[in-house]
Amino acid sequence: MFDQIDLTKLIFGRLTWEAIPYHEPILIATFAAVVLGGIAMLAALTYFRLWGYLWREWFTSIDHKKIGIMYIILALVMLLRGFADAIMMRIQQAWAFGDSAGYLPPDHYDQIFTAHGVIMIFFVAMPLVTGIMNYVVPLQIGARDVAFPFLNNFSFWMTTSGAVLVMVSLFIGEFAKTGWLAYPPLAGIDKSPGVGVDYYIWALQIAGVGTLLSGVNLLVTIVKMRAPGMTMMKMPVFTWTALCTNVLIVAAFPVLTAVLAMLTLDRYLGTNFFTEDLGGNAMMYINLIWIWGHPEVYILILPAFGVFSEIVSTYSGKRLFGYASMVYATVVITVLSYLVWLHHFFTMGSGASVNSFFGITTMIISIPTGAKVFNWLFTMYRGRIRFDVPMLWTVGFMVTFVIGGMTGVLLAVPPADFVLHNSLFLIAHFHNVIIGGVLFGMLAAITYWFPKAFGFKLDPFWGKVSFWFWLTGFYFAFMPLYVLGLMGVTRRMSQFDDPSLQIWFQVAAFGAVLIAIGIAAFLIQLVVSFMRRESLRDETGDPWDGRTLEWSTSSPPPAYNFAFTPRVHDLDAWWQMKQHGYKRPESGFLPIHMPKNTGAGIILAGISTVLGFALIWHMWLLAGVSFLGLLVVAIGHTFNYNRDYHIPVEEVVRVEAERTRVLANHG
Amino acid sequence: MWKRNGHGYSRTMVDTTHTQQAQGQPLQFYETEEHHPQTGTMLGFWLYLMSDCLIFASLFATYGVLGRSYAGGPTGAELFDLPLVAMNTALLLLSSITYGFAMLEMQKNRVRGTIGWLLITGLFGIGFLSLELYEFAHLIHEGAGPQTSAFLTSFFALVGTHGLHVFFGIVWLVTLCFQLRKHGLIPENKRRVACLSMFWHFLDVVWIGVFTFVYLMGVLV
Repeated sequence: MFDQIDLTKLIFGRLTWEAIPYHEPILIATFAAVVLGGIAMLAALTYFRLWGYLWREWFTSIDHKKIGIMYIILALVMLLRGFADAIMMRIQQAWAFGDSAGYLPPDHYDQIFTAHGVIMIFFVAMPLVTGIMNYVVPLQIGARDVAFPFLNNFSFWMTTSGAVLVMVSLFIGEFAKTGWLAYPPLAGIDKSPGVGVDYYIWALQIAGVGTLLSGVNLLVTIVKMRAPGMTMMKMPVFTWTALCTNVLIVAAFPVLTAVLAMLTLDRYLGTNFFTEDLGGNAMMYINLIWIWGHPEVYILILPAFGVFSEIVSTYSGKRLFGYASMVYATVVITVLSYLVWLHHFFTMGSGASVNSFFGITTMIISIPTGAKVFNWLFTMYRGRIRFDVPMLWTVGFMVTFVIGGMTGVLLAVPPADFVLHNSLFLIAHFHNVIIGGVLFGMLAAITYWFPKAFGFKLDPFWGKVSFWFWLTGFYFAFMPLYVLGLMGVTRRMSQFDDPSLQIWFQVAAFGAVLIAIGIAAFLIQLVVSFMRRESLRDETGDPWDGRTLEWSTSSPPPAYNFAFTPRVHDLDAWWQMKQHGYKRPESGFLPIHMPKNTGAGIILAGISTVLGFALIWHMWLLAGVSFLGLLVVAIGHTFNYNRDYHIPVEEVVRVEAERTRVLANHG
Repeated sequence: MWKRNGHGYSRTMVDTTHTQQAQGQPLQFYETEEHHPQTGTMLGFWLYLMSDCLIFASLFATYGVLGRSYAGGPTGAELFDLPLVAMNTALLLLSSITYGFAMLEMQKNRVRGTIGWLLITGLFGIGFLSLELYEFAHLIHEGAGPQTSAFLTSFFALVGTHGLHVFFGIVWLVTLCFQLRKHGLIPENKRRVACLSMFWHFLDVVWIGVFTFVYLMGVLV
């Protein structure tokens, strides 16, 4: 017995015209720009007839190289959004002193700092790391693809689906106002009745499926698909760090899934996991989310350590110093990252013994990390160092990260943490390690492997401009926050009273402007390099005199990566091949067995986006239909047994002959 | 071993024992035959199961924290109907045995036998789920729903998540029976039957944990 109102509710749930924030001029202007830009892009794609190409060659591709590139494009797009949030906060805080309330109402400001954190961690740092691992790991281990190529495509689209939901929240409804980890009771239904926390939950749950599956996928790839002869202790260091990172992903993300599911039950069904009455316990949420959260920061930083290891040894023209100690340090960090989560809330009141335990384990992590820094320095020692752009990022990282590491050890002392907890000192610390570590690492990685992926190098001038603006911008933006934190300024404030603080915020805002120039220079670098691609062309496949297997194939590599599977005898496999006067085989090719493209991944992720949106807005009918759709498509996909094909030998011969010709021309 | 090569010191001549395949032979740097890496499906599925296991671990831990927070509501000792749960446990354990029979039939390459035992396994699964739903309905009817107290919240979440897994296991099992009928015991299907087997036994193991920690220890006062 549906009357009019019930039917509307069944279909539209809580969604009404009120959800469109037309009273917020900033959002309306953004929305207009996005719509116009979007229409222009769609029109251009249609005009140039690119839809079919994109669908066949990219969206449905199960090639790990293309998926890796798509991850990085997603991350760069989301970086712009996350950085827009950052610069808005910096302007607000530099402005809103005394009588001035700035330009952002608290309600909006709270959404911005939440979105900034969520986007930067889940939709910038994670896709960058996953993208680089996806691209590089199979090439480094001499494999033709990952272990589960379809799952790889599916994982990427699920991550994208989460990003889409976060972006949708900008224009339909609101985002969470709770901070990036959505602590209850604030994130509970009583204190946050709107859709913001629900956007947060479903975006992370959907993206989390992708992250977990890609973790399983890369782990199996590394364990099972290494080229013959590549024993564990002959794996390149980046592959080692990727292995450890994916162990952490598989062992940490389920906890996030579980804890978010509990928060969902609290919000949707009125259960009492984290409520303040009927026996609920909010601190349990905080414990569980940091049992995921602390490994998460190592998920991000370990691959960056791997990138720096590759770069330092390549540009110093030397074998990496202390390979075995590097591997053991990575493994020790992997294990220790599970034993430190409580340092995120020493103020919980767990007592001196518990706090001491977690304080000491936290400090111990600095030992393997310090060992790594010394290994990099000793690799450079008496090397013939080439200061190409990736090496600049690496040196910038070493200086910056050591400062961030030291402030981290300060925070690991529980009594000091009681003073600095929740202050801007903490904000400065983690930006110090995430920007100085993860971001510098990923930008270095992009510059380092770009010629491999596209066949031409990035323009070094704009790369250097980007590096110097990022580096100086970082110091201007975050060193003042250390000072403010020591003076007791807490995080997440949108207005201040004490005028003596203002100058520090203004310096920080200036730093953010420098970083903006750094980002712009990076984008200009992409455009300039594309325009100058002929003069930047890499015909050898080995533009940096590299040491590992990815440099043994062409740039960009053929779909099958290696015409013949390499046989490995040494840690620096490609270096050794060069030393031994390796001759590239030019005959005897065989057909190559490869997986087929499929649209199932993007379709499943598309339905997941709809399902997430329906659940956020309580559109139960749509939720039910899309859930069924998900089930039907997933089951339907399992009836497809025809998933691979052979690249015919003529095709392999043609591609390899072309490479022979290019190499001969090169001289 | 260490020599100066113009780029500083580096170990270019690495332990020759490993690098030389046979005396005097030049190093072979690529495979001339087609190289088949090991298939990783079983390892991948194991890893997935272990990650799932961590979801259960989180739920068990939550139950460990909240399991005695009755908030003035009913306790496990008052609510749990042990004979019913024992029956349920028996159904699930039997289903694991029948799945074992399906695996044995598969080893002998008998499609009909495999499908038959799978269906019997599925029936046990449906029996298990029906009893669980009956138990849930009964509890909610008595006013002991998941909203009543943190104890009941964590109870429903843990047991319900297990039930949900069994449900999806049954969906998978039915799908697989159709695929077996259509394609027979081809390698892909054998691999799938083996994966579902791991999934099914995993749920059994988790249930033993639930039975022990939630029900048996719950009725101890």
